Amino acid sequence: MIWDWAYTWDILPELLRGLVVTVQATLVGSVVALVLGLVLALLRRSRLAVIRIVTGGFVEFVRSTPLLVQLYFLFFVLPSLGITLSGFQAGVIGLGVHYATYTSEVYRAGIEGVPRGQWEAATALNLPSSRVWRSVILPQAIPRVLPALGNYVIAMFKETPLLSAITVLEMLAAAKGIGNQTFRYLEPLTLVGLLFLLVSLPASFTVRRLERRFGH
Amino acid sequence: MDTDKLADVVHVEPPAAREMVRFDKVVKRYGDNVVLRELDFHVKPGERITLIGPSGSGKTTILRLLMTIEKADEGKIHVDGDCLTHTRRGDHDVPADEKHIRQVRKKIGMIFQQFNLFPNMKVLRNVSEAPVHCLGLSRGEAEARAIELLELVGLGTKVDAYPSQLSGGQQQRVAIARALAMQPKVLCLDEVTSALDPELVAEVLNVLRNVAASTDITMLCVTHEMKFARDVSDRVLMFDKGQIVEEAPPDKLFTQPEHQRTRTFLRAVLEEH
Ligand SMILES: Nc1ncnc2c1ncn2[C@@H]1O[C@H](COP(=O)(O)OP(=O)(O)OP(=O)(O)O)[C@@H](O)[C@H]1O
Ligand SMILES: [Mg+2]
Repeated sequence: MIWDWAYTWDILPELLRGLVVTVQATLVGSVVALVLGLVLALLRRSRLAVIRIVTGGFVEFVRSTPLLVQLYFLFFVLPSLGITLSGFQAGVIGLGVHYATYTSEVYRAGIEGVPRGQWEAATALNLPSSRVWRSVILPQAIPRVLPALGNYVIAMFKETPLLSAITVLEMLAAAKGIGNQTFRYLEPLTLVGLLFLLVSLPASFTVRRLERRFGH
Repeated sequence: MDTDKLADVVHVEPPAAREMVRFDKVVKRYGDNVVLRELDFHVKPGERITLIGPSGSGKTTILRLLMTIEKADEGKIHVDGDCLTHTRRGDHDVPADEKHIRQVRKKIGMIFQQFNLFPNMKVLRNVSEAPVHCLGLSRGEAEARAIELLELVGLGTKVDAYPSQLSGGQQQRVAIARALAMQPKVLCLDEVTSALDPELVAEVLNVLRNVAASTDITMLCVTHEMKFARDVSDRVLMFDKGQIVEEAPPDKLFTQPEHQRTRTFLRAVLEEH
């Protein structure tokens, strides 16, 4: 089998449309993961034991079940409970919630890395606790964990092909569709790999620069 | 540093009670380790006391309880007529909630051995942040006051520096300005020069001498700087195992201590210096 350039140019636009969907899913999913992860990390430090335990249980549950099962649940089971989500919606919620359980651990480590003296100084200045979080703790905790968060965003990007299982026309689904019609898989699948690489490499490079910038 | 100027910038409200700080049978334990056992003492408004005693005798714990960084297991702490540890509900006392603690804590400030400046904020912000969020000053007012205070501690040129760009002595002077910006009635100082290189100790102590000379702030000071303690304090409390062994004005306590425990402790400290 030899590489068919004419065919390559033919299918490229469709694959790029798939790439756009992939990137969109990653971006929206990341926002969910980064915001919800922080919320989970804060809830796990709540003064109320009930909140800590429920949050901890939720995180444990989500982490110990496969993402694909969660995606199926959101897409196929929720409608029978009266909640119908599009494939894309179910996909970004599934990715976001799943990765939020990882990012919550990252935030937690970052928060615990802030020296105790910072909390004590904030107490001595009588700062209200919402202000302590916003002005003192998070501005010190988050820069340190940006590289780790970035790595999870990249990992999520590489897991988006799972969304093809719930009808989302991301890049892999697009390639498979093309292959099914033309019976040529070499070009579409190779291109998918290359396009993933094309986005992942600069992203990894950026994360490594963040690591150097913020050290440990 | 201009002493009169400092008095202009730091307005401390007049005391509301005859005692500024009172510990009432305060007990503090860490597990089985009883650090303070039914400790009683009081400090009058404007009084400067120095707490001395061997390592582990509970000096830091006392300041941390007063600053509400730690909670007492038993007993009560009063500040300026308000109970810090309890509130009244019906006809009995219940442990104070966060809102009540914040209300009373306004009157207290602390300076730490390790400075504990906020590394993510410039010096100006370190000093002006709390007045904005706790005293209700506008950003402009708070910054103007912060600049005045920073000038008074000799750091008028460092407002735009980050703490990491300053020497230890400069950082500690920022911390003093930061505490004063909150107009505390009581100031807790826990070995504030112990983390400094020897040549930087004097600049910090001089600032503190001026604070003592020009304000009415009540000060509780843990220090091994005996000269400073002698110059500044009205009364020295000697602690051992969480209890007061002896208390006297510095001239008396440092020259004619009554208790053997105090004598051995002072001898050890003097040899070290
Ligand atoms: N967070 C803590 N957990 C357990 N024990 C503690 C804690 N903080 C203090 N202690 C114990 O309480 C006792 C009193 O400690 P504290 O720090 O008040 O002593 P100190 O008089 O300030 O001593 P130093 O001169 O060394 O600073 C010590 O036995 C110490 O080990
Ligand atoms: Mg101590």
